[in-house]
Order: sequence, then structure tokens, then C-alpha cells
Amino acid sequence: MTTTPDGGALITAEMVDLALEAPDKDAATRSLAERLVAAGRITDLDGFLADVRAREAQMPTGLEGGIGIPHCRSEHVTVPTVGFGRSPSGVDYGAADGPADLIFLIAAPAGADSAHLKILAALARRLVREEFKQNLRAATDPEAVATYIRTEVTP
Amino acid sequence: MKFVAVTSCPTGIAHTYMAAESLEQAAAAAGHEIVVETQGAGGSEPMDPALIAEADAVIFAADVEVVAKERFAGKPTVSSGVKGAINNGPALIAQAEEAARNAPVGAAVPAAAPTGGGSGPALASKVQEGDSWGTKFRQWLMTGVSYLIPFVAAGGLLIALGFALNTIAVGDQGYLVTDAPPVTEQFSPTSLSDWAALCFQIGALAFGFLVPVLAGFIAFAMADRPGIAPGFAAGAVASAVGAGFLGGLAGGLLAGAIVMWLKRVKLPFAFSGVWTVVVMPLVGSLLAGGLMFLVLGPPIARATEGLTSWLDGFNTQYLVVLGVILGLMMAFDMGGPVNKVAYTFGVASLTASLDSGTDTGLQIMAAVMAAGMVPPLALALAAALRAKLFTPAEQQNGKAAWALGASFITEGAIPFAAADPLRVIPSIMAGSALTGGLVMAFGSTLQAPHGGIFVVPFIGNPFLYLLAILVGMAVSAFLVIALKSTRRAEETLLEAETAAGIVPVTG
Repeated sequence: MTTTPDGGALITAEMVDLALEAPDKDAATRSLAERLVAAGRITDLDGFLADVRAREAQMPTGLEGGIGIPHCRSEHVTVPTVGFGRSPSGVDYGAADGPADLIFLIAAPAGADSAHLKILAALARRLVREEFKQNLRAATDPEAVATYIRTEVTP
Repeated sequence: MKFVAVTSCPTGIAHTYMAAESLEQAAAAAGHEIVVETQGAGGSEPMDPALIAEADAVIFAADVEVVAKERFAGKPTVSSGVKGAINNGPALIAQAEEAARNAPVGAAVPAAAPTGGGSGPALASKVQEGDSWGTKFRQWLMTGVSYLIPFVAAGGLLIALGFALNTIAVGDQGYLVTDAPPVTEQFSPTSLSDWAALCFQIGALAFGFLVPVLAGFIAFAMADRPGIAPGFAAGAVASAVGAGFLGGLAGGLLAGAIVMWLKRVKLPFAFSGVWTVVVMPLVGSLLAGGLMFLVLGPPIARATEGLTSWLDGFNTQYLVVLGVILGLMMAFDMGGPVNKVAYTFGVASLTASLDSGTDTGLQIMAAVMAAGMVPPLALALAAALRAKLFTPAEQQNGKAAWALGASFITEGAIPFAAADPLRVIPSIMAGSALTGGLVMAFGSTLQAPHGGIFVVPFIGNPFLYLLAILVGMAVSAFLVIALKSTRRAEETLLEAETAAGIVPVTG
């Protein structure tokens, strides 16, 4: 049970970038979103980014402890998907304590059903667990990262 | 104790659940029971009313209205945004403990009563719990400055635009835009000089907020929401008595300290709402404003006057030294506290000079901006000239750094400096110092507080100004390339791996 109900995995190795370098959050989000486009999870890159920006404008999604979680529910998303980027030099997502080095781009379809959303909720809960963050900071291989995240959020 | 909580955020797919998890962890760590209702996008199961009846206190961690809030009426309540719960769950649990203890037994307290934390979306503060007083002091000032900058940008640029449009409209012959009648009395959409007056008059009003905003948000950083009104009041008094920026700093710190002291008063829970919303702002404003008017303001006003005339008395030689020092500060931490001190000094000098009609402050502002543009531009240049010395990620950053440097966003240099601080920071400090000194030597002036290459029309002596920037860029880029070329091959490999994320790095 490592996939979403319709068969698309929540995250695969192609959606992991362990050397994400970007001058700002817009560029970092775009870079991860492009990976999701390539994987067929997003149908319209610019439309999706506009939805993310709209959410980001309500309140920045940076969290203390080096986490950024740009996210949205969008018409342009086909399957609930998360893109993960680790940024050695950090990207400012507006957290009070500085830039984020772990960035999760969470993409939910506008009409996601509750089974979908439960998986994203499980992911969100992991983000406040120290062990989860430590493991992601220590990981060296995109495949292993994707497998780890999928395993962690399996109900 | 037993708590119940509701978490809720705008999108309902992430923060809602992170806040729930954080509260559950914090409650378990403190030995309490908690049940959290997550009002997310997936809908929520309303919790058993029996749980609410048994609970000692209710926690709302919500950025949107809690659904069916009336279920919790009469319970001791603490509220925060979702981020408050995620970033500091234990503090919220501790507040809930206190609310439960202070609650009058058996008496119904309206659930909507505002409590210590206040409700609604939280304003961002740069203050972290548990830091030393020195660090906190710096964070208080940084919080104030960070809220100040949008007012500087909006007000300052509108003022500069007003001057520029008026010069185009009437040339040097006509009246100054500062003498234009209020736009309520005279405004014709076809008159460029009336548009100039409109820009200037909006800008002047926005600029008038600088000192109150600085003081208000310093006090906010120290004492949270109840500090805002006393801080603004103390800042406005500082402006009124002519104490300027220094007065604003002092007034903000004073107001913050007074409200911090007022917050220590322990009260029965039933009074805490009126205490937070009415008494603390009232007493805080009276005390802070009174002290500013009668005790602190006048001497600071005299000191400010002294500073201004001291600056105006500088001959070129000293101004060059000052330009070098400001340049070193601007490049040292690229947007950090030292950089902001230099920048704030530049803006303070600019405003003083706009008031007094002298040029010295305009020169200081010019040197500060030029020196702040050099680091990203120099690194962009170095990365373009010698791509091999930079990682692929740095080469990408280099392209963005052109635009960031040209817009006077010194932070554009940070990715380079973070990866290789010992080679990059001394190089950019050298170039910025040279640029700062040259701008002073050339006597360039600047009438806008921000904007980089886009405010060239507001620069006096623009060609020499750009030359000063180019010279600093060239020197910094040369130094970076030279220093990076000297490192040994094995070191190159290690750093490339680090930058590529193969070797985990912290911070």
C-alpha cells in the first residue's frame, strides 16, 4: 500500500531533488513543480504555480526548524503528489528563524476525496516529528528518500 | 489535565494536521490528555460533546473561523494561529494549563473572551524563545526594522517620484514640489505637476509613519500585541518632539519594557481580556508617551540635531572614510543586522537631509546603496567569467544575482557566501568598501532610499556613481576568482560534494 488509490505513487525518485538551489521561494517551488509536470502530475505549470502563490500570499508557509511547505489544492493537479527538495544553502519561505533546507511541495487535486487527503494529512503530521526530519537530512539517495516517505505515510 | 483542541488552516491539507500533531506531542510530553479535532479539507468528525464537557481548557489553533465554535462556550480558552501551535506546541499547552488553573470554578466564562495570546492570524516576529538578552535585543530591533522597510520603500520612492515628475513638468524654473498646494485644493488629471504633487504628498504621509512603525514593532517584538499601541504612541511622540530615529528606537524599547512589566501582573482569568485589550494599551501608552514627551524625547532631539550638524560639518576626506566603513558593513553580512544598521543610518541621514535641505545625508544614502549593490553583482560577474570555479548551482545563482544586485538586494550574495564564506566575504567587503569611498569622493547623491539601478533618475552625478559600482564589482570579482583559484584540488572536490548535497551539511 504505497500508492494513492488510483495507482499514482505519492512520491517517486524523480520528484526528489537533494541539491535544490534557488535564489528565492518562487524559483524553488517552480523547480519542484517542473519535476511534477514531467511526472504527469500537473497539467498546467503556470496555473498551478499561481494557485501556490495565492496560498503563499495568505501567509508564508515557512516553519521554524528549516521547513518550507508550499502547497495548494488546484484544478491543475491530477493525483495527490509531493515533491521534495533539500537545499544546502537554504531557501527563504518566510519562517521567523531563517531559510528552509527541507522543502515539500504538496499538490492536491481540487476534487480530492478523503482517502487522498488522509495520505496528505499523514505526511503533514510526520513533518513535525524530529526523527522524520533527521532521516531526510541524512539521506543520500533520491530513490531511498521516495521509498522512505511513501512508507511513512502508509495508513 | 484534559484538553480539547481544534486546528484549522486556509487550505486544510497541511498546517491543520501539523498543528494537531505538535499539540499532541506537547500534551503527551507534559503528561496531559488531549483530543484534537482537525477541521481540514477532508472534513472533520465533530468530537464527542462529553469530551468537551470534561475538558479543563480548550485550545484553538486556527487561521480560519472554527466551525461550530459555540460548542466550546464557557470553557477557558487559549487561541493562536496554526503556526504558533506548530512552532511552539509546549507554550500553547502551558497557556492552556494556566487558563485552566485561573478559571473560576463552575462560573461560565464566555468562550469568545480574548486571552493572553490573542486570536486571529499572528504577525511575524523575529524573536525566538530562549535566546540570550543580547540576541533578543538584536531581534527586537530587527523586527522593528523589517516592518519599517515597506514604508521606506513606498514613502521614499513616492517622494522621489514626486521630485522627478515635478522637474520634468516645470524644469528648474517653476516651484518646488514641496511648495505645491494640497491636492484636495488643486488637482487636474492633465497636469503633470499636479501628479507630482500627488505622489509627493502621499509619499510624505507614508514616510511620516517611519518612526512610529519602528517603535511600534520593536515594542511588539518585546511584548507581543499589547505592545503595539504604546510603541506607536511613543514613536509618534518621538517624531513630534523631533527625536527622529534615535527617539523611535528608544521609544519602542521603552514601550516594550513597560508592557512586558504590565504583563507580569497576575489577574483572575475573568479580567484578563479587558486587561490585555484595554488596560495595557492605555497605561502603556500613557507611561511610554509621557516619558518620551517629558524625559527622554528632548535630550534625544538635541542629540539628533547634533548628529545632523556634525554630519553636515564633515569635509570630503571624512566622508570618504565614512563611505568605506558603511561599505564594509553593507557587505559583511549581506542583509543581516550589521547591514541593516548601516542601511538604517543611511535612511536616517537621508530623511534628516531632506528636512534640512543639505546634501550630506543624500551622499551617505548614495554610498550605502551603491555598496549594497556590489556583492551580488561582483559574484555574478565572477561566476560568468570563471564558471569552472563555481558549482552548477552557484552558476545558476549567478544569473539571478545580476538582477538582485541591480535592484539593491544584497541578500543575492548569500548563496555564494554560505558555501565559501572565508573567500567570498572578504572579497565583497573589499569591493563594497571601495565603492562606498568612491561614491563619497565623487560626491554623488541619492534622493530615494531603495531601488538600485531603477532609481538612477534620482541619483545626482549618475555616471560617476555607476563607475564607482563598476570599480567595486571588478575588484571583488577579481579577488573572489583569485582566492578560489588558489585552493587545492582535493578541497575543490570536497566542496563540490558538499554543495551538491552528497555530504550532509547543517545550517
